[in-house]
Amino acid sequence: MNILAPIGRAVLALFAHAGRLTVFTVTAVFDAFIPPIYWSLIGQQMLRIGFFSLPVVGLTAFFTGGVLALQIYIGGNRYGAEAIVPQIVVLGITRELGPVIAGLMVAGRVGAAIAAEIGTMRVTEQIDALTTLATNPVKYLVVPRLWAALISMPILVAIADSIGVFGGYVVSTASLNFNGAVYIKNTVDFMTHSDVYSGLIKAAVFGFIIALMGCYNGFHSKGGAQGVGTATTNAVVSSSILILAANYLLTSVLFTK
Amino acid sequence: MAMAQAKSTAKVELRGVKKRFGPKIVLDGVDLTIEKGQSLVVIGGSGTGKSVMIKCVLGILRPDAGHIYVDGEDVTHMRGGARDAVLRKFGMLFQGSALFDSLPVWENVAFGLIQGRGVARKKARDKAIETLARVGLGPEVGDLSPAELSGGMQKRVGLARAIAAGPEIIFFDEPTTGLDPIMADIINDLIVRTVKQVGATTLSITHDMVSARKIADRIAMLYKGKIIWQGPTAEIDSTGNPYVEQFIHGSAEGPIKMEVRA
Repeated sequence: MNILAPIGRAVLALFAHAGRLTVFTVTAVFDAFIPPIYWSLIGQQMLRIGFFSLPVVGLTAFFTGGVLALQIYIGGNRYGAEAIVPQIVVLGITRELGPVIAGLMVAGRVGAAIAAEIGTMRVTEQIDALTTLATNPVKYLVVPRLWAALISMPILVAIADSIGVFGGYVVSTASLNFNGAVYIKNTVDFMTHSDVYSGLIKAAVFGFIIALMGCYNGFHSKGGAQGVGTATTNAVVSSSILILAANYLLTSVLFTK
Repeated sequence: MAMAQAKSTAKVELRGVKKRFGPKIVLDGVDLTIEKGQSLVVIGGSGTGKSVMIKCVLGILRPDAGHIYVDGEDVTHMRGGARDAVLRKFGMLFQGSALFDSLPVWENVAFGLIQGRGVARKKARDKAIETLARVGLGPEVGDLSPAELSGGMQKRVGLARAIAAGPEIIFFDEPTTGLDPIMADIINDLIVRTVKQVGATTLSITHDMVSARKIADRIAMLYKGKIIWQGPTAEIDSTGNPYVEQFIHGSAEGPIKMEVRA
Protein backbone atom coordinates (compact mmCIF):
# COMPACT_ATOMS: atom_id res chain seq x y z
CA MET A 1 0.00 0.00 0.00
CA ASN A 2 1.17 3.46 -0.90
CA ILE A 3 0.94 5.58 2.23
CA LEU A 4 1.44 8.80 0.31
CA ALA A 5 -1.68 8.33 -1.82
CA PRO A 6 -4.26 9.02 0.91
CA ILE A 7 -2.29 12.05 2.10
CA GLY A 8 -2.18 13.38 -1.45
CA ARG A 9 -5.89 12.78 -1.90
CA ALA A 10 -6.68 14.65 1.31
CA VAL A 11 -4.48 17.60 0.32
CA LEU A 12 -6.03 17.76 -3.16
CA ALA A 13 -9.52 17.59 -1.68
CA LEU A 14 -8.64 20.42 0.69
CA PHE A 15 -7.41 22.62 -2.14
CA ALA A 16 -10.42 21.78 -4.32
CA HIS A 17 -12.66 22.72 -1.41
CA ALA A 18 -10.82 26.00 -0.77
CA GLY A 19 -10.94 26.83 -4.48
CA ARG A 20 -14.67 26.14 -4.75
CA LEU A 21 -15.37 28.24 -1.66
CA THR A 22 -13.29 31.12 -3.02
CA VAL A 23 -15.04 31.06 -6.41
CA PHE A 24 -18.41 30.84 -4.68
CA THR A 25 -17.61 33.78 -2.39
CA VAL A 26 -16.32 35.99 -5.19
CA THR A 27 -19.33 35.21 -7.40
CA ALA A 28 -21.76 35.90 -4.58
CA VAL A 29 -20.10 39.18 -3.59
CA PHE A 30 -20.11 40.42 -7.18
CA ASP A 31 -23.72 39.38 -7.67
CA ALA A 32 -24.64 41.21 -4.46
CA PHE A 33 -24.13 44.54 -6.24
CA ILE A 34 -25.42 43.74 -9.72
CA PRO A 35 -29.13 44.09 -10.43
CA PRO A 36 -31.61 42.49 -10.28
CA ILE A 37 -31.56 42.67 -6.47
CA TYR A 38 -34.54 41.01 -4.83
CA TRP A 39 -35.44 43.53 -2.11
CA SER A 40 -38.53 41.70 -0.90
CA LEU A 41 -36.49 38.53 -0.43
CA ILE A 42 -33.91 40.48 1.60
CA GLY A 43 -36.74 41.72 3.82
CA GLN A 44 -38.15 38.21 4.19
CA GLN A 45 -34.74 36.82 5.12
CA MET A 46 -34.08 39.63 7.62
CA LEU A 47 -37.28 38.62 9.34
CA ARG A 48 -36.17 34.98 9.47
CA ILE A 49 -32.51 35.56 10.30
CA GLY A 50 -32.78 38.59 12.56
CA PHE A 51 -36.22 38.94 14.06
CA PHE A 52 -36.96 35.29 14.77
CA SER A 53 -33.53 34.87 16.39
CA LEU A 54 -34.35 37.56 18.97
CA PRO A 55 -35.80 35.27 21.68
CA VAL A 56 -32.94 32.77 21.68
CA VAL A 57 -30.23 35.43 21.40
CA GLY A 58 -31.92 37.61 24.04
CA LEU A 59 -32.18 34.75 26.52
CA THR A 60 -28.57 33.65 26.09
CA ALA A 61 -27.40 37.26 26.37
CA PHE A 62 -29.36 37.75 29.59
CA PHE A 63 -27.88 34.69 31.28
CA THR A 64 -24.40 35.47 29.99
CA GLY A 65 -24.57 38.97 31.49
CA GLY A 66 -25.85 37.51 34.75
CA VAL A 67 -23.18 34.86 35.10
CA LEU A 68 -20.50 37.36 34.10
CA ALA A 69 -21.56 39.63 36.98
CA LEU A 70 -21.42 36.71 39.42
CA GLN A 71 -17.98 35.53 38.31
CA ILE A 72 -16.44 39.00 38.30
CA TYR A 73 -17.85 39.61 41.77
CA ILE A 74 -16.33 36.38 43.08
CA GLY A 75 -13.02 37.01 41.33
CA GLY A 76 -12.88 40.71 42.24
CA ASN A 77 -13.68 39.85 45.85
CA ARG A 78 -10.26 38.19 46.22
CA TYR A 79 -8.62 41.59 45.64
CA GLY A 80 -11.32 43.62 47.31
CA ALA A 81 -12.19 44.91 43.83
CA GLU A 82 -15.81 43.69 43.61
CA ALA A 83 -17.04 47.20 42.79
CA ILE A 84 -15.64 46.82 39.28
CA VAL A 85 -18.50 44.51 38.20
CA PRO A 86 -20.49 47.02 36.03
CA GLN A 87 -17.40 48.12 34.10
CA ILE A 88 -16.18 44.62 33.29
CA VAL A 89 -19.67 43.37 32.43
CA VAL A 90 -20.25 46.10 29.87
CA LEU A 91 -16.76 45.71 28.43
CA GLY A 92 -17.02 41.92 28.16
CA ILE A 93 -20.51 41.97 26.70
CA THR A 94 -20.07 44.68 24.06
CA ARG A 95 -16.60 43.71 22.91
CA GLU A 96 -16.68 39.94 23.06
CA LEU A 97 -19.58 37.99 24.46
CA GLY A 98 -22.42 39.85 22.75
CA PRO A 99 -21.19 39.30 19.19
CA VAL A 100 -19.68 35.85 19.81
CA ILE A 101 -22.62 34.36 21.70
CA ALA A 102 -25.11 35.84 19.22
CA GLY A 103 -22.93 34.63 16.33
CA LEU A 104 -22.77 31.07 17.63
CA MET A 105 -26.50 30.95 18.41
CA VAL A 106 -27.40 32.31 14.97
CA ALA A 107 -24.93 29.91 13.32
CA GLY A 108 -26.78 27.02 14.96
CA ARG A 109 -30.24 28.36 14.31
CA VAL A 110 -29.98 30.10 10.96
CA GLY A 111 -26.85 28.59 9.35
CA ALA A 112 -28.35 25.13 9.71
CA ALA A 113 -31.71 26.24 8.33
CA ILE A 114 -30.10 27.91 5.31
CA ALA A 115 -27.96 24.86 4.51
CA ALA A 116 -30.90 22.48 4.90
CA GLU A 117 -33.22 24.59 2.77
CA ILE A 118 -30.79 25.25 -0.07
CA GLY A 119 -29.43 21.70 0.15
CA THR A 120 -32.93 20.28 -0.27
CA MET A 121 -33.51 22.61 -3.20
CA ARG A 122 -30.28 21.29 -4.73
CA VAL A 123 -31.10 17.59 -4.40
CA THR A 124 -34.69 18.04 -5.61
CA GLU A 125 -33.45 19.97 -8.69
CA GLN A 126 -35.19 23.19 -7.60
CA ILE A 127 -31.94 25.09 -8.16
CA ASP A 128 -31.73 23.74 -11.72
CA ALA A 129 -35.37 24.71 -12.16
CA LEU A 130 -34.49 28.30 -11.20
CA THR A 131 -31.85 28.33 -13.92
CA THR A 132 -34.26 27.05 -16.55
CA LEU A 133 -36.68 29.82 -15.57
CA ALA A 134 -33.95 32.34 -16.47
CA THR A 135 -33.32 33.21 -12.82
CA ASN A 136 -29.77 33.24 -11.45
CA PRO A 137 -29.87 30.98 -8.36
CA VAL A 138 -26.99 32.81 -6.68
CA LYS A 139 -28.82 36.12 -6.98
CA TYR A 140 -32.16 34.64 -5.99
CA LEU A 141 -31.04 32.42 -3.10
CA VAL A 142 -27.58 33.45 -1.87
CA VAL A 143 -27.45 37.23 -2.22
CA PRO A 144 -30.64 37.98 -0.21
CA ARG A 145 -29.40 35.78 2.64
CA LEU A 146 -25.98 37.43 2.62
CA TRP A 147 -27.43 40.95 2.73
CA ALA A 148 -30.01 40.00 5.34
CA ALA A 149 -27.43 38.42 7.66
CA LEU A 150 -24.98 41.27 7.14
CA ILE A 151 -27.62 43.86 8.06
CA SER A 152 -29.52 42.08 10.79
CA MET A 153 -26.62 40.68 12.83
CA PRO A 154 -25.38 44.11 14.05
CA ILE A 155 -28.95 45.07 15.00
CA LEU A 156 -29.37 41.75 16.78
CA VAL A 157 -26.08 42.21 18.63
CA ALA A 158 -26.94 45.78 19.64
CA ILE A 159 -30.08 44.39 21.27
CA ALA A 160 -28.15 41.45 22.75
CA ASP A 161 -25.61 43.92 24.24
CA SER A 162 -28.39 45.83 25.99
CA ILE A 163 -30.00 42.67 27.31
CA GLY A 164 -26.64 41.27 28.44
CA VAL A 165 -25.82 44.43 30.40
CA PHE A 166 -29.32 44.31 31.84
CA GLY A 167 -28.71 40.70 32.91
CA GLY A 168 -25.61 41.84 34.81
CA TYR A 169 -27.60 44.67 36.36
CA VAL A 170 -30.40 42.37 37.53
CA VAL A 171 -28.01 39.91 39.18
CA SER A 172 -25.88 42.67 40.73
CA THR A 173 -28.78 44.62 42.23
CA ALA A 174 -30.86 41.60 43.22
CA SER A 175 -28.24 39.38 44.84
CA LEU A 176 -24.92 41.26 45.06
CA ASN A 177 -26.22 44.36 46.91
CA PHE A 178 -25.30 46.89 44.20
CA ASN A 179 -27.15 50.19 44.08
CA GLY A 180 -29.08 50.35 40.80
CA ALA A 181 -28.40 54.01 40.00
CA VAL A 182 -24.68 53.68 40.77
CA TYR A 183 -24.47 50.52 38.66
CA ILE A 184 -25.95 52.30 35.63
CA LYS A 185 -23.81 55.41 36.13
CA ASN A 186 -20.63 53.32 36.33
CA THR A 187 -21.62 51.38 33.21
CA VAL A 188 -22.34 54.49 31.13
CA ASP A 189 -19.30 56.44 32.33
CA PHE A 190 -16.93 53.60 31.61
CA MET A 191 -18.27 52.45 28.24
CA THR A 192 -16.78 54.08 25.11
CA HIS A 193 -18.19 54.29 21.60
CA SER A 194 -15.42 52.11 20.25
CA ASP A 195 -16.40 49.24 22.57
CA VAL A 196 -19.80 49.12 20.93
CA TYR A 197 -18.69 49.81 17.35
CA SER A 198 -16.03 47.14 17.37
CA GLY A 199 -18.61 44.61 18.56
CA LEU A 200 -21.01 45.63 15.81
CA ILE A 201 -18.31 45.32 13.14
CA LYS A 202 -17.64 41.81 14.42
CA ALA A 203 -21.36 41.08 14.27
CA ALA A 204 -21.56 42.08 10.59
CA VAL A 205 -18.58 39.86 9.74
CA PHE A 206 -20.09 36.94 11.66
CA GLY A 207 -23.38 37.44 9.84
CA PHE A 208 -21.59 37.25 6.51
CA ILE A 209 -19.76 34.07 7.58
CA ILE A 210 -22.97 32.38 8.76
CA ALA A 211 -24.93 33.10 5.58
CA LEU A 212 -21.99 32.28 3.32
CA MET A 213 -21.23 28.91 4.93
CA GLY A 214 -24.91 27.99 5.03
CA CYS A 215 -25.39 28.83 1.36
CA TYR A 216 -22.11 27.28 0.23
CA ASN A 217 -22.69 23.97 1.96
CA GLY A 218 -26.29 23.83 0.83
CA PHE A 219 -25.40 24.69 -2.74
CA HIS A 220 -22.80 21.93 -2.97
CA SER A 221 -24.74 19.22 -1.17
CA LYS A 222 -25.46 16.04 -3.06
CA GLY A 223 -26.95 12.62 -2.65
CA GLY A 224 -30.34 13.03 -1.02
CA ALA A 225 -31.26 13.21 2.66
CA GLN A 226 -27.84 12.14 3.91
CA GLY A 227 -26.12 14.77 1.77
CA VAL A 228 -28.38 17.48 3.14
CA GLY A 229 -27.63 16.29 6.69
CA THR A 230 -23.90 16.47 6.05
CA ALA A 231 -24.28 19.93 4.50
CA THR A 232 -26.17 21.14 7.57
CA THR A 233 -23.57 19.79 9.99
CA ASN A 234 -20.72 21.25 7.92
CA ALA A 235 -22.43 24.62 7.75
CA VAL A 236 -22.79 24.87 11.54
CA VAL A 237 -19.34 23.49 12.37
CA SER A 238 -17.46 25.53 9.78
CA SER A 239 -19.26 28.78 10.54
CA SER A 240 -18.73 28.31 14.31
CA ILE A 241 -15.01 27.71 13.85
CA LEU A 242 -14.68 30.59 11.40
CA ILE A 243 -16.55 32.90 13.80
CA LEU A 244 -14.13 32.13 16.63
CA ALA A 245 -11.09 32.48 14.35
CA ALA A 246 -12.39 35.72 12.83
CA ASN A 247 -13.15 36.98 16.33
CA TYR A 248 -9.51 36.61 17.30
CA LEU A 249 -8.30 38.25 14.10
CA LEU A 250 -10.75 41.14 14.40
CA THR A 251 -9.90 41.70 18.05
CA SER A 252 -6.20 41.88 17.24
CA VAL A 253 -6.89 44.32 14.39
CA LEU A 254 -9.52 46.47 16.13
CA PHE A 255 -7.96 46.77 19.60
CA THR A 256 -4.22 46.95 19.00
CA LYS A 257 -4.14 50.47 17.61
CA MET B 1 -28.94 19.49 -50.47
CA ALA B 2 -30.83 17.43 -47.96
CA MET B 3 -28.14 18.21 -45.36
CA ALA B 4 -28.39 21.94 -45.94
CA GLN B 5 -32.15 21.85 -45.65
CA ALA B 6 -32.02 19.87 -42.42
CA LYS B 7 -29.58 22.38 -40.94
CA SER B 8 -31.78 25.34 -41.72
CA THR B 9 -34.76 23.97 -39.79
CA ALA B 10 -32.87 22.52 -36.82
CA LYS B 11 -34.17 24.02 -33.58
CA VAL B 12 -31.61 22.38 -31.32
CA GLU B 13 -28.47 20.70 -32.51
CA LEU B 14 -25.74 18.88 -30.58
CA ARG B 15 -22.41 18.26 -32.30
CA GLY B 16 -19.83 15.97 -30.72
CA VAL B 17 -20.84 16.87 -27.16
CA LYS B 18 -18.58 15.29 -24.56
CA LYS B 19 -18.79 15.38 -20.79
CA ARG B 20 -16.91 13.47 -18.15
CA PHE B 21 -16.96 13.52 -14.36
CA GLY B 22 -13.49 12.60 -13.15
CA PRO B 23 -12.59 9.29 -14.75
CA LYS B 24 -16.18 8.50 -15.75
CA ILE B 25 -17.07 9.39 -19.34
CA VAL B 26 -20.78 10.21 -19.44
CA LEU B 27 -21.22 11.72 -22.91
CA ASP B 28 -18.80 10.52 -25.56
CA GLY B 29 -19.55 12.62 -28.61
CA VAL B 30 -23.32 13.01 -28.86
CA ASP B 31 -24.69 14.15 -32.24
CA LEU B 32 -28.37 14.93 -32.22
CA THR B 33 -30.65 17.20 -34.23
CA ILE B 34 -34.16 18.23 -33.25
CA GLU B 35 -36.13 19.75 -36.08
CA LYS B 36 -38.51 22.63 -35.49
CA GLY B 37 -41.90 21.39 -34.27
CA GLN B 38 -40.63 17.87 -33.80
CA SER B 39 -41.07 15.70 -30.73
CA LEU B 40 -37.90 13.74 -30.14
CA VAL B 41 -37.64 11.16 -27.38
CA VAL B 42 -34.26 9.92 -26.20
CA ILE B 43 -34.44 6.50 -24.60
CA GLY B 44 -31.74 4.78 -22.64
CA GLY B 45 -31.11 2.98 -19.38
CA SER B 46 -30.58 4.65 -16.04
CA GLY B 47 -27.20 6.33 -15.78
CA THR B 48 -26.55 6.51 -19.53
CA GLY B 49 -26.23 10.29 -19.41
CA LYS B 50 -29.68 11.35 -20.59
CA SER B 51 -30.09 13.95 -17.85
CA VAL B 52 -26.52 15.16 -18.31
CA MET B 53 -27.24 15.73 -21.99
CA ILE B 54 -30.28 17.89 -21.22
CA LYS B 55 -28.35 19.82 -18.56
CA CYS B 56 -25.60 20.54 -21.08
CA VAL B 57 -28.11 22.02 -23.52
CA LEU B 58 -29.60 24.19 -20.77
CA GLY B 59 -26.18 25.37 -19.61
CA ILE B 60 -26.56 23.89 -16.12
CA LEU B 61 -23.52 21.77 -16.96
CA ARG B 62 -20.69 22.75 -19.27
CA PRO B 63 -19.69 20.24 -21.96
CA ASP B 64 -15.96 19.44 -22.13
CA ALA B 65 -16.01 19.39 -25.93
CA GLY B 66 -18.43 19.84 -28.81
CA HIS B 67 -20.99 22.47 -29.67
CA ILE B 68 -24.66 23.09 -28.98
CA TYR B 69 -26.73 25.22 -31.33
CA VAL B 70 -30.15 26.69 -30.64
CA ASP B 71 -31.81 28.23 -33.70
CA GLY B 72 -28.45 27.99 -35.44
CA GLU B 73 -26.72 30.04 -32.72
CA ASP B 74 -23.78 28.52 -30.84
CA VAL B 75 -24.84 28.65 -27.18
CA THR B 76 -22.19 26.29 -25.78
CA HIS B 77 -20.25 28.89 -23.81
CA MET B 78 -22.86 31.57 -23.26
CA ARG B 79 -23.20 33.05 -19.77
CA GLY B 80 -25.08 35.79 -17.96
CA GLY B 81 -27.58 37.86 -19.89
CA ALA B 82 -27.03 36.10 -23.23
CA ARG B 83 -27.65 32.72 -21.58
CA ASP B 84 -30.82 34.03 -19.91
CA ALA B 85 -32.08 35.23 -23.30
CA VAL B 86 -31.59 31.71 -24.71
CA LEU B 87 -33.17 30.12 -21.62
CA ARG B 88 -36.33 32.17 -22.18
CA LYS B 89 -36.96 30.00 -25.23
CA PHE B 90 -37.01 26.89 -23.03
CA GLY B 91 -39.42 25.26 -20.65
CA MET B 92 -38.56 22.21 -18.62
CA LEU B 93 -40.51 19.58 -16.71
CA PHE B 94 -38.27 17.97 -14.11
CA GLN B 95 -38.37 14.35 -13.06
CA GLY B 96 -39.46 15.12 -9.51
CA SER B 97 -41.38 18.21 -10.73
CA ALA B 98 -38.90 20.39 -8.72
CA LEU B 99 -41.63 22.77 -7.60
CA PHE B 100 -40.53 25.56 -5.26
CA ASP B 101 -42.05 24.47 -1.96
CA SER B 102 -41.69 27.94 -0.44
CA LEU B 103 -44.13 29.39 -2.98
CA PRO B 104 -47.83 28.67 -3.60
CA VAL B 105 -48.75 26.77 -6.76
CA TRP B 106 -49.75 29.83 -8.78
CA GLU B 107 -46.43 31.56 -8.07
CA ASN B 108 -44.61 28.43 -9.18
CA VAL B 109 -46.45 28.53 -12.49
CA ALA B 110 -45.96 32.28 -12.85
CA PHE B 111 -42.30 32.23 -11.74
CA GLY B 112 -40.81 32.46 -15.22
CA LEU B 113 -43.15 35.33 -16.05
CA ILE B 114 -42.51 37.34 -12.87
CA GLN B 115 -38.77 36.74 -12.36
CA GLY B 116 -37.60 35.86 -15.84
CA ARG B 117 -39.64 38.32 -17.86
CA GLY B 118 -40.71 41.04 -15.42
CA VAL B 119 -44.47 40.60 -15.86
CA ALA B 120 -46.59 42.33 -13.17
CA ARG B 121 -47.78 39.95 -10.43
CA LYS B 122 -51.49 40.53 -11.01
CA LYS B 123 -51.22 39.80 -14.71
CA ALA B 124 -48.91 36.84 -14.10
CA ARG B 125 -51.41 35.39 -11.64
CA ASP B 126 -54.21 35.51 -14.22
CA LYS B 127 -51.93 33.84 -16.73
CA ALA B 128 -50.99 31.17 -14.16
CA ILE B 129 -54.64 30.36 -13.41
CA GLU B 130 -55.30 30.14 -17.15
CA THR B 131 -52.34 27.80 -17.62
CA LEU B 132 -53.44 25.63 -14.70
CA ALA B 133 -56.81 25.23 -16.43
CA ARG B 134 -55.00 23.98 -19.55
CA VAL B 135 -53.49 21.11 -17.56
CA GLY B 136 -56.85 20.34 -15.96
CA LEU B 137 -56.45 22.05 -12.59
CA GLY B 138 -59.00 24.46 -11.13
CA PRO B 139 -58.17 27.95 -9.86
CA GLU B 140 -58.50 26.79 -6.22
CA VAL B 141 -55.31 24.74 -6.66
CA GLY B 142 -53.41 27.97 -7.26
CA ASP B 143 -53.39 28.93 -3.59
CA LEU B 144 -52.28 25.53 -2.28
CA SER B 145 -48.70 24.75 -1.41
CA PRO B 146 -46.94 22.18 -3.65
CA ALA B 147 -46.50 19.86 -0.63
CA GLU B 148 -50.29 19.50 -0.43
CA LEU B 149 -50.52 17.98 -3.92
CA SER B 150 -50.23 14.34 -5.02
CA GLY B 151 -47.42 13.26 -7.34
CA GLY B 152 -49.66 13.38 -10.42
CA MET B 153 -50.93 16.85 -9.53
CA GLN B 154 -47.36 18.03 -8.97
CA LYS B 155 -46.47 16.77 -12.46
CA ARG B 156 -49.35 18.79 -13.88
CA VAL B 157 -48.22 21.90 -12.04
CA GLY B 158 -44.68 21.25 -13.30
CA LEU B 159 -46.06 20.99 -16.83
CA ALA B 160 -48.02 24.21 -16.34
CA ARG B 161 -44.84 25.94 -15.14
CA ALA B 162 -42.94 24.64 -18.17
CA ILE B 163 -45.50 25.97 -20.67
CA ALA B 164 -46.67 29.13 -18.85
CA ALA B 165 -44.33 31.53 -20.62
CA GLY B 166 -45.04 30.05 -24.06
CA PRO B 167 -41.65 28.42 -24.68
CA GLU B 168 -40.48 27.42 -28.15
CA ILE B 169 -38.68 24.35 -26.84
CA ILE B 170 -39.81 22.11 -23.97
CA PHE B 171 -37.71 19.42 -22.27
CA PHE B 172 -39.31 16.56 -20.38
CA ASP B 173 -37.14 14.62 -17.94
CA GLU B 174 -38.75 11.24 -17.25
CA PRO B 175 -42.28 12.68 -17.34
CA THR B 176 -44.00 9.48 -16.21
CA THR B 177 -41.54 8.14 -13.63
CA GLY B 178 -43.14 7.48 -10.27
CA LEU B 179 -46.71 7.69 -11.54
CA ASP B 180 -49.28 4.89 -11.73
CA PRO B 181 -50.06 3.68 -15.29
CA ILE B 182 -53.31 5.60 -15.53
CA MET B 183 -51.82 8.88 -14.28
CA ALA B 184 -48.84 8.27 -16.59
CA ASP B 185 -51.21 7.98 -19.54
CA ILE B 186 -53.02 11.15 -18.49
CA ILE B 187 -49.72 13.00 -18.31
CA ASN B 188 -48.68 11.62 -21.73
CA ASP B 189 -51.96 12.83 -23.23
CA LEU B 190 -51.52 16.21 -21.60
CA ILE B 191 -48.01 16.50 -22.99
CA VAL B 192 -49.12 15.63 -26.52
CA ARG B 193 -52.09 17.99 -26.35
CA THR B 194 -50.41 20.98 -24.75
CA VAL B 195 -47.35 20.69 -26.96
CA LYS B 196 -49.64 20.80 -30.01
CA GLN B 197 -51.40 23.87 -28.59
CA VAL B 198 -48.17 25.70 -27.87
CA GLY B 199 -46.60 24.50 -31.12
CA ALA B 200 -43.34 23.75 -29.36
CA THR B 201 -40.36 21.62 -30.25
CA THR B 202 -39.79 19.00 -27.59
CA LEU B 203 -37.05 16.76 -26.30
CA SER B 204 -38.01 14.10 -23.80
CA ILE B 205 -35.84 11.58 -22.04
CA THR B 206 -37.39 8.47 -20.65
CA HIS B 207 -36.97 4.76 -20.12
CA ASP B 208 -40.72 4.21 -20.28
CA MET B 209 -41.39 2.78 -23.76
CA VAL B 210 -45.16 3.26 -23.49
CA SER B 211 -44.59 6.95 -22.91
CA ALA B 212 -41.96 7.15 -25.67
CA ARG B 213 -44.27 5.60 -28.27
CA LYS B 214 -47.07 7.93 -27.29
CA ILE B 215 -45.27 11.28 -27.38
CA ALA B 216 -42.49 10.76 -29.92
CA ASP B 217 -42.33 11.63 -33.62
CA ARG B 218 -38.81 10.36 -33.59
CA ILE B 219 -36.84 8.21 -31.15
CA ALA B 220 -33.11 8.13 -30.47
CA MET B 221 -31.30 5.71 -28.21
CA LEU B 222 -28.41 6.78 -26.02
CA TYR B 223 -25.99 4.08 -24.91
CA LYS B 224 -22.54 4.51 -23.37
CA GLY B 225 -22.52 8.23 -24.13
CA LYS B 226 -23.36 7.92 -27.83
CA ILE B 227 -26.51 7.94 -29.94
CA ILE B 228 -26.52 4.37 -31.26
CA TRP B 229 -29.78 4.50 -33.20
CA GLN B 230 -32.35 7.04 -34.27
CA GLY B 231 -35.37 7.00 -36.51
CA PRO B 232 -39.12 7.59 -36.76
CA THR B 233 -41.27 6.09 -34.00
CA ALA B 234 -42.89 3.65 -36.45
CA GLU B 235 -39.52 2.04 -37.15
CA ILE B 236 -38.62 1.33 -33.53
CA ASP B 237 -39.85 -2.28 -33.72
CA SER B 238 -37.89 -3.13 -36.88
CA THR B 239 -34.49 -1.64 -36.23
CA GLY B 240 -32.50 -4.85 -36.30
CA ASN B 241 -30.29 -3.20 -33.69
CA PRO B 242 -29.71 -5.66 -30.83
CA TYR B 243 -29.32 -2.87 -28.25
CA VAL B 244 -32.58 -1.19 -29.18
CA GLU B 245 -34.40 -4.52 -29.30
CA GLN B 246 -33.18 -5.53 -25.89
CA PHE B 247 -34.21 -2.17 -24.48
CA ILE B 248 -37.73 -2.00 -25.95
CA HIS B 249 -38.48 -5.55 -24.90
CA GLY B 250 -37.03 -4.95 -21.46
CA SER B 251 -35.01 -8.13 -21.60
CA ALA B 252 -32.20 -9.01 -19.21
CA GLU B 253 -30.49 -11.04 -21.97
CA GLY B 254 -28.61 -9.14 -24.64
CA PRO B 255 -25.63 -6.94 -25.39
CA ILE B 256 -26.48 -4.31 -22.72
CA LYS B 257 -24.94 -5.17 -19.38
CA MET B 258 -26.10 -3.29 -16.34
CA GLU B 259 -23.37 -1.35 -14.62
CA VAL B 260 -23.83 -1.52 -10.90
CA ARG B 261 -21.85 1.61 -10.08
CA ALA B 262 -23.10 4.90 -11.38
